[in-house]
Amino acid sequence: MSVHPRALEHTESGVIPQEAELTAGATIEPGRSYGFFTDTTLCIGCKACEVACKEWNELPAEEFKLTGHSYDNTGALSATTWRHVTFVEKLSETNGARAMNLQPFQSNWLMMSDVCKHCSPAPCLEACPTGALFRTEFDTVVVQQDICNGCGYCVPACPFGVVELNVPDGKAHKCTLCYDRLKGGLEPACAKACPTDSIQFGELSALHDRAHKRVESLHAHGRSDAYLYGAPDTAGATNGIDRLNAFFLLTDRPEVYNLPPEPSLPSRRVLPSLLTGLATMAGIAIAAIVALVGE
Amino acid sequence: MPSLGATFGRGAATTTQWDIANADCVVIMGSNMAENHPVAFRFVMQAKEKGATIIHADPRFTRTSALCDIYAPVRAGSDIAFLGGLINYIINSERWQNDPFFHEYVVNYTNIATIIEDDFKDASELDGLFSGWEAEKLSYNVDSWQYRGMDIPATLAEAYVHPSTDDPDKMIEKQQELTRRLPPSDPTLKNPKCVYQILKRHYAPYTPEMVERVTGCPKETFLKVAETLLKNAGRERTGAWCYAVGWTHHTTGVQMIRAAAIVQCLLGNIGRPGGGILALRGHCSIQGSTDVPTLYNMLPGYLPQPSAMKPHKSFGRYVEVETPPTGWWHNFPKYIISLLRAWYGDAASPHNEWRYQWIPKMVADHSQEPMMLAIADGLIRGLLLIGQNPVVGGHNSKLVRKGLANLEWMVVRETFENETASFWYKSPEEDTNGAGARAQDIQTEIFLLPAALPGEKEGSFTNTQRLLQWHDKIVDPPGDCRSDLWFMFHLGKRLKQLYADSHAPEDEPIKNLTWDYPTQGAQDEPSADAVLKEINGYTWPERKQIDDFKELKDDGSTACGVWIYTGAYPRADFNHARSRKPDAPDGPGTHLDWGFAWPSNRRIMYNRASADADGKPWSERKRYMWWDADKQQWTGKDNPDFSSSKAPSYRPDFTQGPKKGVDAHDGKSPFMMSADGKAWIFVPSGLKDAPLPTHYEPVESPVRNPMYRQQDNPPVKKWARSDNVYHDVGDPQYPYVITTYRLTEHHSGAIPTRFVPSLAELQPEGFAEIPPELAAEKNIANLDWIVISTARGEIEGRALVTERLRPFEIAGRRIYQIGMPWHFGWQGYATGDVVNVLSAIVGDPNTTIHEGKAFTCNLRKGRLQLSSQGVAQS
Repeated sequence: MSVHPRALEHTESGVIPQEAELTAGATIEPGRSYGFFTDTTLCIGCKACEVACKEWNELPAEEFKLTGHSYDNTGALSATTWRHVTFVEKLSETNGARAMNLQPFQSNWLMMSDVCKHCSPAPCLEACPTGALFRTEFDTVVVQQDICNGCGYCVPACPFGVVELNVPDGKAHKCTLCYDRLKGGLEPACAKACPTDSIQFGELSALHDRAHKRVESLHAHGRSDAYLYGAPDTAGATNGIDRLNAFFLLTDRPEVYNLPPEPSLPSRRVLPSLLTGLATMAGIAIAAIVALVGE
Repeated sequence: MPSLGATFGRGAATTTQWDIANADCVVIMGSNMAENHPVAFRFVMQAKEKGATIIHADPRFTRTSALCDIYAPVRAGSDIAFLGGLINYIINSERWQNDPFFHEYVVNYTNIATIIEDDFKDASELDGLFSGWEAEKLSYNVDSWQYRGMDIPATLAEAYVHPSTDDPDKMIEKQQELTRRLPPSDPTLKNPKCVYQILKRHYAPYTPEMVERVTGCPKETFLKVAETLLKNAGRERTGAWCYAVGWTHHTTGVQMIRAAAIVQCLLGNIGRPGGGILALRGHCSIQGSTDVPTLYNMLPGYLPQPSAMKPHKSFGRYVEVETPPTGWWHNFPKYIISLLRAWYGDAASPHNEWRYQWIPKMVADHSQEPMMLAIADGLIRGLLLIGQNPVVGGHNSKLVRKGLANLEWMVVRETFENETASFWYKSPEEDTNGAGARAQDIQTEIFLLPAALPGEKEGSFTNTQRLLQWHDKIVDPPGDCRSDLWFMFHLGKRLKQLYADSHAPEDEPIKNLTWDYPTQGAQDEPSADAVLKEINGYTWPERKQIDDFKELKDDGSTACGVWIYTGAYPRADFNHARSRKPDAPDGPGTHLDWGFAWPSNRRIMYNRASADADGKPWSERKRYMWWDADKQQWTGKDNPDFSSSKAPSYRPDFTQGPKKGVDAHDGKSPFMMSADGKAWIFVPSGLKDAPLPTHYEPVESPVRNPMYRQQDNPPVKKWARSDNVYHDVGDPQYPYVITTYRLTEHHSGAIPTRFVPSLAELQPEGFAEIPPELAAEKNIANLDWIVISTARGEIEGRALVTERLRPFEIAGRRIYQIGMPWHFGWQGYATGDVVNVLSAIVGDPNTTIHEGKAFTCNLRKGRLQLSSQGVAQS
């Protein structure tokens, strides 16, 4: 009987080196780029990712309050919610009737597990004056809690609204792509917990290949609305952001999922702003001179 | 699960969850699989990626619907009309009539050709009743449902099924006919009394138009489902069905599942890869709890519980009336004697009836709902609850609380203080002058004993696919927390001590019970390993493990706790349930070394049907088990669920004397548990309400039955009384249909989830889902407070106005349906009013399961007048 070869290696010890090879098909080694491919068409909105994230990272719960916004009761990514599932009900036809036609895979009730994008280059990292935010050996972006001074520059720098200051300690917190787990050869908690492989962890190049094939396959299934957001040269990787290491497959406009249609690197906006500022100053100076000369 | 048991022989899912990935079509009905079985749903997604069509039929558009290709909205409780429509469509379709596959499958493997007694009449002739209805007894005499000239024992571990027959010997004699000849049949299917012709007549009224009229599902959508099913059946293609408590929680629940079982028989989908019916169980080890069991009406391994109402007075008579002459159950004496040997050890012998008289006999329906009534009426004085929260999960919660207040004592074993343990001081009734008693007036002495969590104890789960998976202990339970096994073992030991000096005959069973599991550690934790070894069975008195139930004997030389689990611990050094070796991606995919599946590690049951009548695979694509003529045995990817050396060409030679057991079955009878070896499209015995599923309205319905004069299930169990009032049909005071359900984020009574902050925040509060059309009529906005009421009680909660719910046009009327998750109570971080305050105690005639999925209610904007009655925070 054919048995999975890795199953025979570690029957008793309990610890499996490079466990991610078994659970995600990825070997985790420093010096390579890792990320998430979140395929919304496979998401069933179970929120196992949110729970696994909170359990592993020991994050507290938000307020216990019904939001009335479909099945979303955590609302948004925050300093204490690093995975968040968005729910968008789309059951109305234009004539007021219920939509009866479904598309293959997820449709009519959109669910998307959002997360820090681990941008490359990362705006938050550029804004950080202390070096608390850094790029790890796995090409992910992490806040070092012992260095962060809580200045909060990273918060407005993030085009996705991911980073937030935590009230109790005043420091910036966000997804670490389970830096500690990667160092132990484990895939991140959310990806491991996802029952339908909507969240896939792996080496970026492999994920990009898989994602492009998935889009092709969905197009062949008749899902012409499927597209990638955040892979190189796709929507979401715009205005100086080359790629999002956590990228997505979407079937509706980015705004529907609460994603910016064209995120940008704030530093790219510095030069134009600076020039505009200088031009304004120059204009005022010239006006003043003209006025003075006129007198 | 009497429906799957009655149809196929065993009350369990016929297939495995991972095999769904091989399906070409998956129908999910009576289940919100993505929400309540998200891990199993991954295999549905795998099937989808391989090109399968996924169908969801449900009253609500759920997270499951969102991932499907076809969504069919059906009014809660109208499922049989929909399924009957499918049966009617299939048997009259050109494809089914002309493709020889279907004829070969059903004629050989099901009882479709069998001829039924001449005086049988179906519901189409009797306006919703079948022949044999005895109105004064509210039950059926099933004589006319039998095969012509024979009495057919049920497959449900109750072979004695004729309470109307005064003379058991007459029944036994008529059953013996099965050992003398094959049942009468007409393979041409032309005999007007053969099952096929009865089926055709019975389902003729279930036209697509009627389906739309009764269920509210648009005719076009229904037809799309029917065509998709047919298209994905045959030699090359198979389809699977998944259901869960969305079917069982009805007074017609057993018959809903039966209807799906008939569809699967007709389509040739049982016993084949990518086929079958997956009964998605409601908890992690519910399959185990019916196998071992915790049910009042069965002994372990689905053996009949002795009953004072049946000829069970002596062991000899009990065995005589409960042993079918043919089929696998003919081995019943071996299993019951091995069980008695396991329980009473050397105290049992053939000279003392193997101590049969020590087993208590049933005197009534002792299931949970009548038990709650008996408690409310003061008939029961003490209650021991293990992992149960009946104040939240029990129906008619106010009546339940009234009963608990009547008890002398109650023991609650839980991981947190649940609503049941705290009702006496926290229940909304207790701090008002309402119907309930005041805390100081409640005399019930309540013991709350802290329980260990799964990671704090070792043991096995038996999941949905009959798979035993052992788990090790990770850490010791904290403080006074103990495992349930520890509690039961030490309770037993203390009882034995207490009665050690007694000479009273009624104390003998306790004194003689074998209770010698070794213990370990500071807490004297009994060995779960030793328990599983006993469940598996061993020789007596050597206690040498046995590896197959074929080795069990009726002479007392074997002891076995649960015969169907034999093989789980086949050797002293091998716990098969602990095995964790998955097949490689290029392997057979049956994962025979991942845990142990009963029976005998067979993963797809009835897999003889994966080959044609001659024993050849139906197709290369659906190859699974086949007859190896050279080796003269069945072989393939799984263990055969068939006599491994019985050739397809075998015919019982009745001229050589009577044939017993499976020797009476020919080589093309894959359903070895049943008396005739066939799947029962028509059920002659074993079910109390119908041989063929028939549409009846829920006990509480806004409409008259559009199909028959008979309104609801004729033998339905009702307990109408002042504290359990039912609404009349179409009662204008309660015009809306309400359905109750669970959410991904919580687990049933939700004690394991409402106390966990990271789960509680995800669904933090009770709510009612209502369609925008109804909200507009009632001027209710999203998140407004509303009061939902029935004759049993009133609760409040917030409205979640959503288009996922829709109005139904039923028999020319607009029917609104609302939905409420029932997880909530006053304990934990996620709170809400107890939804089961609204529901009534009522039962399916076969299982006494309630109708939480479909009853009627009213609703209004606002809050309960006494704000203290609501527990949700404003």
